[in-house]
This record gives sequence, C-alpha cells and structure tokens, in this order.
Amino acid sequence: MSLLSTDATRSDVVELRIPCRPEWVAIPRLTAATIASRLKLSIEDIEDVKLAVAEACTAVMQHDHHGEYIDITCEAHPDALRVHVRDGGRHGAADEGATAVDFDEARIAGLGIFLIRTLMDEVSFDVHPERGTRLFMVKRIGASAG
Amino acid sequence: MDIKVNVRETPGDCYVVDIAGEIDVYTSPKVKDAIGALIDRGVYNLVIDLQKVRYIDSTGLGVLIGGLKRVREHGGSVNLVCTNPQIRKIFDITGLVKIFGIFESDDAAMKALV
Repeated sequence: MSLLSTDATRSDVVELRIPCRPEWVAIPRLTAATIASRLKLSIEDIEDVKLAVAEACTAVMQHDHHGEYIDITCEAHPDALRVHVRDGGRHGAADEGATAVDFDEARIAGLGIFLIRTLMDEVSFDVHPERGTRLFMVKRIGASAG
Repeated sequence: MDIKVNVRETPGDCYVVDIAGEIDVYTSPKVKDAIGALIDRGVYNLVIDLQKVRYIDSTGLGVLIGGLKRVREHGGSVNLVCTNPQIRKIFDITGLVKIFGIFESDDAAMKALV
C-alpha cells in the first residue's frame, strides 16, 4: 500500500474539532473531501460529500446558541464514508438551552438540509438534551444519491 | 479560503459582478455586500459571473436569492453565468434554475437582460 492509498479491507477513523465559527468551515469540508478521494469515490460523489459536510457544520454555526466547537468524525469504510457532525460545548443538565433542537428542520436553513438529504445516501439526526445534537450521514461507494 | 469579488460596468449600463473562489458561510457576506451596494445605487439588472467559482453552499445561494428578490421589487432581474458542472448541479437540484436565468457566457447573460 502506498502512503497515498487507503487499504480497501480496513476501516479508519479521522476525528476533527473546529471552533464553531465560519472562518473554520473550510477545514472539515476539505478534510472530508480528502478522505472521500482516498476511498475512491467519484469526483461527483466527493463534491457531494464536501458540500454535505460543510452544510452540516454551517447549520451548527448558524443555529447553535451555546456550542464552542463542532466535532466531526469521518469513518472510512471499504464500502462507505460515514460522517458524524456534533455540536460541541456545554451539554450538561444545567444547560437551559439544551432542549433546543439545533438540527430541527424547522430551524435550520431549509436549503442546507435539503442539500444534505439530496446529496447523501443516508441521513439521520440524533437530538439529546445532554449529549447534544448529532447529524449522521453516509455516502456509499458505488451508489449515486444525487 | 479565498474569494474575489469585482464589479464592472459594461456598455449598455449593465453591471457584471465577477466572483472567483469559494462562496460559503465565511465568504458570502462579501458577495452580499457587493450585490447590495449595487442595488443601493439603483442598479436593478445584474449579471453575476460564477465561472471562476469553485464552490458554493446554501449561504451563497441565499445571497443570490436575496439579491434577486431585491431587484425584482424594482422590476429588475439577475442573470447568472455558470459553466462549472458541479455548481450547475447545485442550481439544478435546488430548482433554482427555474428562478434564475443561467447562461454560458457574459454576453448571453447580458443580452437576455435587455
């Protein structure tokens, strides 16, 4: 295996934490695109992943009222790229704002969530008052969502 | 992350906004300011050239939609120039191809305004 290729039989995890501010949104976007390219997703699929991950982070930045950072986890599997985006910061029981649904479709920019759902093969939300909010999305290798 | 926004006046009182780079939540305010400044000056027919845009997200689309709404209030219009298939795809799947005129060249976009 060369240094620039990914072993097709194993799964790897890349974790990233960025400040919850717009000037950092390019970092997860480009990181996700790099991982997607190593999984040999098509150019079009790489662009889909790039946009979907950026939209998820943008949604957190625009709607998260209490988080200081965003955690992004990219799981590179032989058959798919799985991405978790979580709002960070204060998630304790004392957080009076924690019941807010940060990824609620009613509160999110409609276009952004529409793009995520359209471009990815699988999308789900997990909203929890203590754990915070998590968006999970999958791009399967060889599938075409868009 | 870079964005360059340049406004130029062309013969026939048409204004073209040339954008180069990536339009996202960080850079879109610069695009919004440029378009807003033109509209504030009474320019209601605009061509926005996206040929050198490598990436656009929902905040960038929101800025374009906002500009279109403002000029339409004055009977104006916004035409886009887009030749990048990835950018074009975003307009296709969001249905924005139905509200923006999208052209392959500045000339075609300008002619369609008059």
